[in-house]
Amino acid sequence: MKANLSINEKNYAIDVPEAMPLLWAIRDSIGLTGTKFGCGVAQCGACSVLVDGVLMKSCSIPISFGIGKKILTIEGTSENLEFLRKAWHKENVPQCGYCQSGQLIAATALLDQISHPTDQEIDDAMSSNICRCGTYARIKKAIHEAVALKNNQNE
Amino acid sequence: MSNIQKISRRDFVKIFGVTSTGIILGCNISSDKKSFIPSSNGKTFSPNVFIEIQKDGKITLISSRSEMGQGIKTSLTSAIADELEADWRYVSVKQAIGHEKYGNQNTDGSRSVRTILEPMRKMGAAAKMMLISAAATKWTISVSDCKAENHHIINTKTHQKIFYGDLVDAASKVEIPADETIKLKKVADFKYIGKTLKSIDLTDFTHGTAKYGMDIRIPNMKFAAIARCPVTFGTVKSFQSSDAENVPGVEKVVQLDRIIPPVGQFFGALGGVAVIANNTWSAFQGKLSLNIEWNYGENQTFDTEKFKEVLTKRVHEKGKLVPGSKGNVVKAFDNAAKVIEATYHVPFLVHTPMEVPNATAWFQGNKVEVWAPLQDPQTARAEIAHFFEIPIENIIVNVTFLGGGFGRKSKSDFVVEAVALSKKINAPVQVVWTREDDVKNSFYHATSVQYLKGSIDKNGSVSGWLQRLAMPSIVSSFKPMSDYASGFELNQGFTNNPYKIENFRLENAKAEANLRIGWMRSVVHIHSGFANNSFVDELAFAAKKDPVVFHLDLIGEDRIIEGKSNYPYDSKRMKNVLHTTAKLANWGRKLPENHGIGIAVHYSFYSYVATAIEVSVINDKVKVEHIWTTIDCGLVLNKDNVINQLEGAAIFGMSLALFGKITTKEGAVEQNNFYDYQMTRMKDAPKITVKIIDNMNQLPSGVGEPGVPVIAPAICNAIFNAIGQRVRSLPLIDHGLV
Ligand code: FES
Ligand code: FES
Repeated sequence: MKANLSINEKNYAIDVPEAMPLLWAIRDSIGLTGTKFGCGVAQCGACSVLVDGVLMKSCSIPISFGIGKKILTIEGTSENLEFLRKAWHKENVPQCGYCQSGQLIAATALLDQISHPTDQEIDDAMSSNICRCGTYARIKKAIHEAVALKNNQNE
Repeated sequence: MSNIQKISRRDFVKIFGVTSTGIILGCNISSDKKSFIPSSNGKTFSPNVFIEIQKDGKITLISSRSEMGQGIKTSLTSAIADELEADWRYVSVKQAIGHEKYGNQNTDGSRSVRTILEPMRKMGAAAKMMLISAAATKWTISVSDCKAENHHIINTKTHQKIFYGDLVDAASKVEIPADETIKLKKVADFKYIGKTLKSIDLTDFTHGTAKYGMDIRIPNMKFAAIARCPVTFGTVKSFQSSDAENVPGVEKVVQLDRIIPPVGQFFGALGGVAVIANNTWSAFQGKLSLNIEWNYGENQTFDTEKFKEVLTKRVHEKGKLVPGSKGNVVKAFDNAAKVIEATYHVPFLVHTPMEVPNATAWFQGNKVEVWAPLQDPQTARAEIAHFFEIPIENIIVNVTFLGGGFGRKSKSDFVVEAVALSKKINAPVQVVWTREDDVKNSFYHATSVQYLKGSIDKNGSVSGWLQRLAMPSIVSSFKPMSDYASGFELNQGFTNNPYKIENFRLENAKAEANLRIGWMRSVVHIHSGFANNSFVDELAFAAKKDPVVFHLDLIGEDRIIEGKSNYPYDSKRMKNVLHTTAKLANWGRKLPENHGIGIAVHYSFYSYVATAIEVSVINDKVKVEHIWTTIDCGLVLNKDNVINQLEGAAIFGMSLALFGKITTKEGAVEQNNFYDYQMTRMKDAPKITVKIIDNMNQLPSGVGEPGVPVIAPAICNAIFNAIGQRVRSLPLIDHGLV
C-alpha cells in the first residue's frame, strides 16, 4: 500500500503492507526509531504518538488511522513537550531511557488536555505507560515541574 | 593513531597514542583481581580504559561497561573528571566495543563501581599531573607553584592560567607519573564524586535519539522473528511455511538448529524456525502464520504447580547439610520456650526489560560484526568465535544502549541466533524477540521453596535456626544434572546469614531444572531476603517483641567478619541502616486505620539496606503507601544515581511481590505479555524516601541490586501488621490481595 504520512511537520511517502501497524511504518519504513516497541499489544505505552493531538498506541493502530493527519513523535516538538523535556532534565528522570519517549508523549497529551493536572489525574493518564526501571515518582514530579516552568514563563 | 607508547615504571597509565586532535591515555584495569591495579610488565601491558584529551579541551572517556539504566557511564566519568579537575561540560563518554582489551566487561553483580573506581581515579590524577608538569615547563616554574582548577592550570604566584586544551601538545611529551607518585584527592575535596550529576545521555533520552539494539539500521539488512519450541529444548519435527511466506514483506523461512553449548560455558541458542522479512512486523506476522510440529522432549511433563508440591515435600525432609552450619539445633528446639515453623515460596520470574532481546549481526566469510544491547559483550564474542569458528580478532561486538538488562542481557543467546541466521541467509539481519518470546523462552529466575524452623529461648531470643532450601541452580544452565543450589548461590544470604545465632543449620534439597535458569536483578538474594526477613518477623511476633528491636538483637553485637573479598561484613553498619530506616519511617507511631508497617534488612553485593514499608489494606486489597529505604554502600559516586537506583529497585521489588509469577503447564510457560505478567504501574507506585549513609571512606559497594531483596518481605510483614495475615508465598495477586 502506498501512502503519505505527515510526521513532525514533514511528509513521508511509504509503501508498506496494508495491515502494518503505524509503529512499524514509523520505525522500519521511515526510520524514526525514537518511538519504541515494548509489547505490541497496547499494554506498555512505549510506542505512544499523538495523531491529530490524540494519544495513540502506534503498535495497535493501522497506518490508515494516520493518513491525512498530523503525527507527533518524540523526534518532534510542541510547546508542552519542550517544557516537559526541560523538567525531565531537571528531575533527571530517565534510567535506561527506553520507555521515556512514550512517557514524554503521554505526558504531552496530558498537559494538552489538562493544564494543571492533580496527582490523581497524572496517575490516571500515565498508568498505561510501563517503566520497568521504575522512574514513576520522578515522572510525576517532572510533570508538575513542567507546569510550573510554563507558568513562570507566562507570568 | 600513531604508535607512541610511553610506559611508566610501574606501567599503570601510559600514553597510548598521539593523534592530530589530542592525546590518548590508557590504563590497565583488571576488575576481578583482589588488588585493584595489577602490576603488569611492560610487554603485556594492554590498556583497557582510555581518556582522550583533545586540543579543543574536550575530554572523552571510553567506558568499558554497558549502560542499562544504572548510570554507569556518568558515574565512572565523574570519578575521572574529579581527579582531573575537569569542567564537567567538556567531558563525554563513548561506549567501548566488546573486547578483552577492556578487561572484564561483565556488567553484572553490581560490580562496576566496586571494582574499577580507584584505577579510574588514578588515571584522572595522572593526567592532571602531566598537564601541570607541561604548564610548569612552559612557565619555567616549579610544579608546586601550579594547580589545576576547572579545566585550567593556574600559576599560583601570578594567577596566570592556561586552558587544558592548549597544554595537550606539551603534555604528550611529559613523562608519565609513576604509580606510587599519584596522589588521590581527599573526600572533602571531591567536586563531582558523591555529588549529584545528571545522566550525560539526557538529551538523547528525551529526543528519541539514543540508539538501542533495536534501533540499529544497516543498509540492506533483514528482520527476523524466530518461533522457538514452547517447551525448553524441544526441537522442530516438521513445519509448513507457505502461509508465512504469503505474508507481505516476508522473504524466506529457514530452520535454525539448536546450538548446544559445551559443558561449563556459554549459552548457545534454542533454535526453531526463523521468518526473514524486510521489516519487523512482517517477520512477527510470518511467525504467527507458521505451522510447526515439535518434538517436545523430556521437559514436556514439567508443571510448576506439581513442582512446587515436590519441592515442598523435599524441604520437609532432611536435606544435604551445608558447611557453615554450627551448634545443635535439635537441642535448641528441645530446650526452647517456643518453636515455630514456616514454609516460603517464590515462583519462577522473568526480567522483561522494556527493550526485548534483539541483536543485529553481519556474517561475512570469516568476519562477523554484531550490534546488540549486551551486558556481557565478551562472552558474546567468545561464543561467536566458538560456535562459528571465526578467529576472535575478526569479530566486532558493538554495544548499544540497553533498554534495561536486569540479567537477561548477560546471556548472549539472541546474538548467537542473529549470527547463525546471517550466515544462513548471507545478509545482515536483526533478530527481534516479541514480548511473548521474551516471557516464554527466557533464562528464568529460579523458583524456590524454603522451610524454616526456629526457636525462642526463655529470654525471647532466637536460640536455633534451621533452614532448608530447594531451588533449581543457575549452574544447571552450564552443567546438566546440577540439581542442588551451588555454593555461590548459597553464599547469597544463606551461608552468610547476617544474624548471630548459636545453633544454626542449613540444608540443601534437590531441585531439578526443567527451564533454562538464569539470574535476575539481585539474584538469589530475592529468596534469602524474603524468607529470612519474613521468618524473623514471625519469630519477633512469637517472642512478643517489636520487629525492629528484635532484628537489632538478632544481628547482635558489633563485629566484623572477614570474607574472601576486600569487603568484610560489619554488623554495626547493618544495625545502623536498620536504625536509620526506623527513624526515617517514624517507626512505632500510631498508624491510620487499616494501615500496617513492616521492616526488612538485608546485606547483599557488600551493601547494607534496610527498608520499611507502610501499606493499607482495604477490602482485602493491598496498597503500598510509602517505602523508606536506607543504604550504606560505602563511597558514593553519584548521589542522585544511587537514589534513582533505589527508587527503581523498590518498584522492581514491588512488581515481583505483587504480580511476579511464571508458571508452566506441560512444559510450556503460560504467561504471554504484560497483561498476564504484570508490572507495577504509576497508579500503584508509592512515595519513596531514600537515605544514603555518609560513609565516603569505605570502599564503594553495590547499588543497582541491593534495594530489591528487602521489598517483598517488608510488604508482607506490613500486611501482617495491618490484618494479621501471613503471606508466605509470592505473589500477592495469588492471594486476592491485589
Ligand atoms: S508497544 Fe505499543 S503499547 Fe506496548
Ligand atoms: S527508564 Fe528504563 S524502562 Fe523506563
